[in-house]
Amino acid sequence: MSETREKVLEVRNLGIDFGGLTAVNNLDLDIYKGEIYGLIGPNGAGKTTVFNMLTKVYQPTRGTIKIAGKDMDKLNPVQANQVGVARTFQNIRLFSNMSVLDNVKTGMHNELKYGLFTSILRLPKYYKLEKESTQKAMELLKIFGLDQFADLTAGNLPYGAQRRLEIARALATDPKLLLLDEPAAGMNPQETEDLMDMIRKIRNHFDISILLIEHDMKLVMGICERITVLNFGQVLAQGLPQEIQSNTEVVKAYIGE
Amino acid sequence: MAFLSYLIGGLGLGSVYAIIALGYSMVYGIAKMLNFAHGDVIMVGAFVAYFALSSFGLPTIVALILSVVACTVLGIVVEKLAYKPLRGASSLSVLITAIGVSYFLQNAAMLMWGTDTKIFPTILEGTLTIGELSIPYLTLLTILSCIVIMVVLTMFINKTKTGRAMRACSEDKGAASLMGINVNQIISITFAIGSGLAAIAAVLLCATYPSVYPTLGSMPGIKAFTAAVLGGIGSIPGAFLGGLLLGVIENLARAYISTQLSDAIVFMVLIVILLIKPTGLLGKKVNVKV
Repeated sequence: MSETREKVLEVRNLGIDFGGLTAVNNLDLDIYKGEIYGLIGPNGAGKTTVFNMLTKVYQPTRGTIKIAGKDMDKLNPVQANQVGVARTFQNIRLFSNMSVLDNVKTGMHNELKYGLFTSILRLPKYYKLEKESTQKAMELLKIFGLDQFADLTAGNLPYGAQRRLEIARALATDPKLLLLDEPAAGMNPQETEDLMDMIRKIRNHFDISILLIEHDMKLVMGICERITVLNFGQVLAQGLPQEIQSNTEVVKAYIGE
Repeated sequence: MAFLSYLIGGLGLGSVYAIIALGYSMVYGIAKMLNFAHGDVIMVGAFVAYFALSSFGLPTIVALILSVVACTVLGIVVEKLAYKPLRGASSLSVLITAIGVSYFLQNAAMLMWGTDTKIFPTILEGTLTIGELSIPYLTLLTILSCIVIMVVLTMFINKTKTGRAMRACSEDKGAASLMGINVNQIISITFAIGSGLAAIAAVLLCATYPSVYPTLGSMPGIKAFTAAVLGGIGSIPGAFLGGLLLGVIENLARAYISTQLSDAIVFMVLIVILLIKPTGLLGKKVNVKV
């Protein structure tokens, strides 16, 4: 990787303790613009904890996070999102009683610049901006093949469609870095195949970087350009997919000795 | 004819309950707390309107606006000072705090304005007579206000970005904040709207029952809370339906069964409905994930 490419994520010496337990330690991570990056490791390795630190759900105990050059230290999750990080969840956390369209439009909350009174008084600006955001949301839904479900309640969508909607909702916040937490969990091989195409398509279409946690090795090795392996909160290996695959330490951690 | 007039009277009373119940229900739906100080916000609204009308001789509409502004500010301040520091605390701590705020407001009112009952001035006189049926204009105004509030609020919740954010927060605050929604601000707006509505309810209530005193909010507060539970707490149409139903039952019970027993009958109906449908009439089924 050439160092001249723009860094979207720069993590140095990141660590977090819960009481006496060190969940993640000494994590260094660089993700460049347009890169698809994999974060893998056995269960309990601290992968989702890393996501929670990057989105500022957890405040790291040590280390620094920079997203698009901005230090994330003092920020809360709302501000982190505005800097440009968005995510999906391991267990789907859609607003399941809201419509598919409204789920996506929720992601555009900060982009819709009209005030409380404009909306109560229904000024022309309100209609104009709402119409624009509906159009934008529908375009997003189209990319994910969800446009025909726009008015459906999100909780009634099939499982795979809910996973796609979560990605669409995260993208609606216009992120520079998209975090996907086990996007292929519970999907069959065909759905996983489609998901891989979709992740590539998203990266190209939105020109963003993607960091994903995944257990499906076919997906990880198939689309990730670089990979970090975590084990017990420590970096076990970092490198290209083929390097990771042939790394004996990694194989040991996964299969046991 | 008598029945019809009791029914309309009940709808009038029920409309006041419904407007108050909306405040309870919205706050519960979004902040997941029972704001037992809501009734006392009504009392403050009533006093503000009373002083505006009686002491300063301001027009009714100005008194109403002043009352709404005062209650909105009060709602925001109470949330900031008393409830926000407890975000993430157990729901019991928040509940006890709400009861504390309720007593605080009542006692503050007693200190500032005395314990004697003040007579709220008449703001709307006259009756509409259709054949044998006569309906006070005030009752019509109350019902109409309730309908307008209901329509505007429903459109606000369903069609605007703030409404969308409120619905998102009521489902999953964590996910909402990760989508860039400022949850604290949304909770603040919810308290502001609920308290503003309480002020409108206060003026309508005192116009019908013209006595103003520091504990005036307690009973309507509890009745409206009952209405919110009856309709399904957290649901806006539920608060509306619950309020109207409660008002009608109360008024009919008072007319046909017993004045003293009317409250007991109201609560009996609540118990029966909750036995049949524990989430209230329009309440959503809560799915507990295992």
